Amino acid sequence: MDNEKNMNKVLDEFTSGDYKYGFYTDIETEMAPKGLNEDTVRFISAKKNEPGWMLEYRLKAYRHWLKLSEPDWAHVHYPKIDFQDIIYYAAPKKKKQLGSLDEVDPELLDAFSKLGISLDEQKMLAGVAVDAVIDSVSVKTTFQDTLAKHGIIFCSISEAIQEHPDLVKKHLGSVVPHTDNYYAALNAAVFSDGSFCYIPKGVRCPIELSTYFRINAANTGQFERTLLVADDNSYVSYLEGCTAPQRDENQLHAAVVEIIAMENAEVKYSTVQNWYPGNKEGKGGIYNFVTKRGACRGNFSKISWTQVETGSAITWKYPSCILMGDNSVGEFYSVAVTNNHQQADTGTKMIHLGKNTKSTIISKGISAGKSNNSYRGLVRVSKRADNARNFSQCDSLLLGDKCGAHTFPYIKTANKSAIVEHEATTSKISEDQLFYCQQRGIDMEKAIGLIVNGYAKEVLNKLPMEFAVEAQKLLAITLEGSVG
Amino acid sequence: MLLNIKDLHVSIKGKEILKGFNLGVNKGEVHAIMGPNGTGKSTLAAAITGREGYDITSGGIEYKGKIINDLEADERANMGIFLSFQYPVEIPGVSMTNFIRTAVNAQREYKGLKPMPASEFLKKMEEKKNLVEIHSKLTKRSVNEGFSGGEKKKNEIFQMAMLEPSLAILDETDSGLDIDALKVVAKGVNSLRSEENGFVVITHYQRLLDYIVPDFVHVMYDGRIVKSGGKGLALELEEKGYDWIKEQFDN
Ligand SMILES: Nc1ncnc2c1ncn2[C@@H]1O[C@H](COP(=O)(O)OP(=O)(O)OP(=O)(O)O)[C@@H](O)[C@H]1O
Ligand SMILES: [Mg+2]
Repeated sequence: MDNEKNMNKVLDEFTSGDYKYGFYTDIETEMAPKGLNEDTVRFISAKKNEPGWMLEYRLKAYRHWLKLSEPDWAHVHYPKIDFQDIIYYAAPKKKKQLGSLDEVDPELLDAFSKLGISLDEQKMLAGVAVDAVIDSVSVKTTFQDTLAKHGIIFCSISEAIQEHPDLVKKHLGSVVPHTDNYYAALNAAVFSDGSFCYIPKGVRCPIELSTYFRINAANTGQFERTLLVADDNSYVSYLEGCTAPQRDENQLHAAVVEIIAMENAEVKYSTVQNWYPGNKEGKGGIYNFVTKRGACRGNFSKISWTQVETGSAITWKYPSCILMGDNSVGEFYSVAVTNNHQQADTGTKMIHLGKNTKSTIISKGISAGKSNNSYRGLVRVSKRADNARNFSQCDSLLLGDKCGAHTFPYIKTANKSAIVEHEATTSKISEDQLFYCQQRGIDMEKAIGLIVNGYAKEVLNKLPMEFAVEAQKLLAITLEGSVG
Repeated sequence: MLLNIKDLHVSIKGKEILKGFNLGVNKGEVHAIMGPNGTGKSTLAAAITGREGYDITSGGIEYKGKIINDLEADERANMGIFLSFQYPVEIPGVSMTNFIRTAVNAQREYKGLKPMPASEFLKKMEEKKNLVEIHSKLTKRSVNEGFSGGEKKKNEIFQMAMLEPSLAILDETDSGLDIDALKVVAKGVNSLRSEENGFVVITHYQRLLDYIVPDFVHVMYDGRIVKSGGKGLALELEEKGYDWIKEQFDN
């Protein structure tokens, strides 16, 4: 019933089709000079007061990046990115250590409240710890006390580099090495900040950990780095959501997320991605080139990715699981919506290395306008992965006839005992369904929202409640004006 | 007059289906429309409710004193016109409860009312479910998904009861119903029947009219009404079939 209630609340809240979060906050920033060279890397590292090993790590990544060229295999098209025309570091001016929310820049708080994530409210109502990231530097971290009681570390990655160097050194780059791909190398060289989380052995994190990202200063590429380690027998649910101000130039976002699940640990990672998609003509908008990967290191470990992707001009993203431990489980639940001129190439990789490993892929693509939506998935079963199981279902829903849906499933099995199942469907919202809704008094836009949310329900149900509400709202808003 | 249709011509993809249709329904009246397959009964329902692709080439539909020819389907619904579909549609993943709540609140919004409070809504739903004897299991499921033929029809009447329209058009709601379900549907209709609202009941069987007693019976043939009468006409049709009317008309 709660779900119903929320669903309706959501449907009542639709407003205009313009990007709701398109505002710009003027916060004094401290920027690196435009462009990328060794000095930029050194500048960033120095700004952050990093130890020598960290600078070395960055430089190694930078030197490797120089040898790589931009990938072009994805089903997306965009003008060439000038990597020398990007500012790689911008931080809100530090005002010494912040003791309470009162000390936070009021403009910043205002920005949060426009996003509907007032820290105070979050703290009290939702019981969610918020590690808010604005312009690449963590400004405020809450709920540290509750977390500290359980020995949970949840802080910015910069802080973790200073305070928990051993943990960072041990795990950073162990799932996504700097050599992994072009953007991963770039990220390793210039990442400005991000989140770090460590759940100790046997601890079940009592609250949902949440990070809100926000790109702010003009021309600043954002390079987030997230590292999440769940030790033996631990559990954590982690939420990531984001919005960005409206602007005219394309903004590059190349984040890296690494998850490590040790024996019998479980990590749920949920994302609602709502970055500026560009205007109706496709101008502006975020380029979202993200590398997300989880390693199920221990036996009986489990990593679950749930994502709702509605924003960005271009999305290039494949949250993946490496199932190393025996009996480990990987899951990927995704809803990707594209409208107008948006392009999304997203999917997952499930790499079965351990015995009795299991993976599930549920992907729901929704395309409208002149957009292109591709699912790209790889299921690989290694020789030693006896009894590996995979089930994949990739559905596409088309609104109108100018959009495209594409499915690229790759299956590679080297073990005869593996069972890999793949199902795919493509459908359209039928005229009959729309008329049925309209005949009950529900207007076209609401009807589309209703039908699309129904279509995506299987995935939305996997999200934590507060997130599910947000996600449903986004789906409908994204598709406003897409039929007619 | 609640509904006044004058010399209505409707084409689908350039083919004329309704060819000068006339019908007046006053508040408080129940009109039955009968007629052979393919004569345009469902087309009439679609034209009144504003379905796309049903082009009104001449004539007009007046409802509550307003010509509604050019209004969107949802606006007509919000003005109180309800259609019980001959073939109800499935909407996967959207629960019946959520669907009807969205509809109820959309109609309230149109009237400038706030959304119905959850407790009131649940109470009303309970009441109407009992009226049409549908199980709670059904309202938790997705709209019409996997419903039996009879369940779908009962579900239409349930929605009608929830939305309390001024004008309800029932398109073969009795087809495929067993006798108990038929009584339930009739009960639903009769409980809504009042001095304030009207019904257009499309049916092939006079059986339904034993339970929903009409004020008028019309026979439709080839896109228009060719004969009107009282309840007795339905009995006569049951007995003699349509041939005598067709003959009369074709000559
Ligand atoms: N979408 C459509 N495209 C083309 N022709 C149509 C369409 N809908 C209806 N028709 C035609 O219009 C005519 C009237 O159809 P309609 O469904 O209104 O008949 P009906 O009187 O309701 O019949 P029944 O008793 O079988 O339900 C039929 O010849 C039908 O084939
Ligand atoms: Mg019909």
